[in-house]
Amino acid sequence: MRKSYPIEVDCANCANLMEVEANKVAGVKKATVNFMMLKMTVKFEEGADPAQVMPEVLTACKGVEPDCSIEF
Amino acid sequence: MNAKQRKMLARVIVAALMWGALELLPRVGVELPTPANFCLWLVAYLVIGYDVVLKAVRNIGRGRVFDEHFLMTVATVGALALALYERSGDFAEAIAVMLFYQVGELFQSYAVDRSRKNISELMDIRPDYANVEVDGEVEKVDPDDVEVGSTIVVQPGERVPLDGVVISGASSLDTAALTGESVPRDVAEGGEVVSGCINLTGVLRVRTTREFEESTVSKILELVEDSTSHKSQSENFISKFARVYTPAVCYAALALAVLPPVFFVLSGQAAAWDVWIYRALTFLVISCPCALVVSIPLSFFAGIGGASHAGVLVKGSNYLEALSKTKVVVFDKTGTLTKGVFDVTGVHHSPLPTGELMELAALAEVASSHPIGKSLQRAYGEPLDRSRVSDVQEISGAGIVATIDGKSVAVGNDKLMGQVGAEHVDCHDVGTIVHVAIDGTYAGHIVISDVAKDHAAEAVAALKGAGVEKCVMLTGDTQRVAESVAESLGIDEVHASLLPQNKVERVEALLVEAGATVGEAPAGEDGPGDEEGRRETRRGKVAFVGDGINDAPVLARADIGIAMGGMGSDAAIEAADVVLMDDDPMSIAKAIKISRKCLRIVYQNIGLALTVKFACLALGAFGIANMWLAIFADVGVMVIAVLNAIRALRVPR
Repeated sequence: MRKSYPIEVDCANCANLMEVEANKVAGVKKATVNFMMLKMTVKFEEGADPAQVMPEVLTACKGVEPDCSIEF
Repeated sequence: MNAKQRKMLARVIVAALMWGALELLPRVGVELPTPANFCLWLVAYLVIGYDVVLKAVRNIGRGRVFDEHFLMTVATVGALALALYERSGDFAEAIAVMLFYQVGELFQSYAVDRSRKNISELMDIRPDYANVEVDGEVEKVDPDDVEVGSTIVVQPGERVPLDGVVISGASSLDTAALTGESVPRDVAEGGEVVSGCINLTGVLRVRTTREFEESTVSKILELVEDSTSHKSQSENFISKFARVYTPAVCYAALALAVLPPVFFVLSGQAAAWDVWIYRALTFLVISCPCALVVSIPLSFFAGIGGASHAGVLVKGSNYLEALSKTKVVVFDKTGTLTKGVFDVTGVHHSPLPTGELMELAALAEVASSHPIGKSLQRAYGEPLDRSRVSDVQEISGAGIVATIDGKSVAVGNDKLMGQVGAEHVDCHDVGTIVHVAIDGTYAGHIVISDVAKDHAAEAVAALKGAGVEKCVMLTGDTQRVAESVAESLGIDEVHASLLPQNKVERVEALLVEAGATVGEAPAGEDGPGDEEGRRETRRGKVAFVGDGINDAPVLARADIGIAMGGMGSDAAIEAADVVLMDDDPMSIAKAIKISRKCLRIVYQNIGLALTVKFACLALGAFGIANMWLAIFADVGVMVIAVLNAIRALRVPR
């Protein structure tokens, strides 16, 4: 499953860090952050529930960039 | 400006006012005691810089020490401490550095926001709703919820929400958002409509043929959203560079602060710690790599955005980069350089009037779906009476034999003529020859040929003008046809009579010629090894241009696969790295020009930023540059680089 979420982040580098962190979360197969479109696209692992995975992605991202937000 | 930016602007103004007031106080004769003075300056400093200091402290806690916040915090706190230690009361420098840094950040965030808005406006093709017709009632729903086969109504001025076929109505569609083509496209009953177009004149009732997720508009948006996941070598260079650079600068600054004084002490001179610490701090301020980190991705994004506005979809910045190094362009003939539609160019050796021969040929082909058969029907142009035709026999690889008005008519190539015992006459014209025989007697032949696209010759010339060294044409057609087309278009090299697998071999041969190692990963995969990587970067790239339908393997094998005719063709969008939304071969040259411009901007920015940085670092180390110059250099370079990056958005005409 593949979903994209609007995000809020200030700098290009922070966006890259978010991408790195999001990819470490269990249940995420591949996450890409498009800083210019302010979109995070997440490919979920087979059987993963986005509703459970996304809060963890947000926590992981907040860890590197407290100002960021993800709408899901 | 958004809320965050407005807040930052307010902080900048407050801090600037406080700074001004604190500068004025001594001049109007108010002498504050040093602790009070320092406290006031500290308040101004915190107003402007508290978040930077907080971030720096927090990142150190997380083990990420060397970032720009750290550089700024060390430099400004150091400057404050130094001013306190020297009892100079000159705290302005720390405030100034932080203030200008924040102004730079603010500007950058504003500029990025603006260009983001520009680009999203260019790419604003997402339909908001669909008008579904259920039992004669029209209902507004989310395009996502429309099932395949539903009937939707598109009013003039509305965007076509889903791909489909027109059931009733006629109109013109504005496809500019998809193709960059400003001439509207006419559709009528039975015609296909592509989502994302704007209906201009009449009401259309459309039966949907795809779900929203599969529709052209979704595919395009998905492609653009994903484009940043393919990083270019320049971007990779910058992120690698930043990883090495920042720590290196910090250690260099430390060395600058410690080594010279120690040396002076050892050689019996005054240590001058304050001088060298100040120089080290200046060094830190100059070293901030923001200009590069921000402007390079911005340039690529702007380039991709500008290109998509011109109807050229590029799947990632690595492809944009490869495109700028294109030296060889390989074309598939049919559908790329030619229209893929056959026109009748001559009727020879016929005892019958031309119209009659054409009618017989068209009647024989009445049930055929072969492009040649269709072309003959189209060329005849008048309605055909199917009841006159019976016993249609299709002879594979040869033609058709049918009974028309009681006579046996054979329409096909020389092999078929041999089979029916008719003595055919060869033709001297270039093209595909369709012989006709009636009751075993030769009745002449029709010459049909694929017509070159209007801009094909111009396009080849434009490619040469854009720095492409060689244009090659591959085709499954005969040598004679291929050579004649190649000559009229100015193609350098022709390979004819190729089967699809031969095309892959030819492209591989061209790749080797261009210096690629056989069996290497196609462009865009993970970075190749160092030695190979350098050669890979230098060599000219080979682009293949096809219609994307049956040449997917070739598209994948070439450095850059360019597909023509993205309108409505999933295969093209999937297989290619670059999709030309209009079928015009001129767009290839346009795409190359866009990529060159974008890469030129990237190199300008890298060059400018590095030159200024290293020059200032040297000046700072020798004490010629002070912190003021340092912060101006940093913010100034960033502003110039960002403004330069935004230029990539504008497409050269």
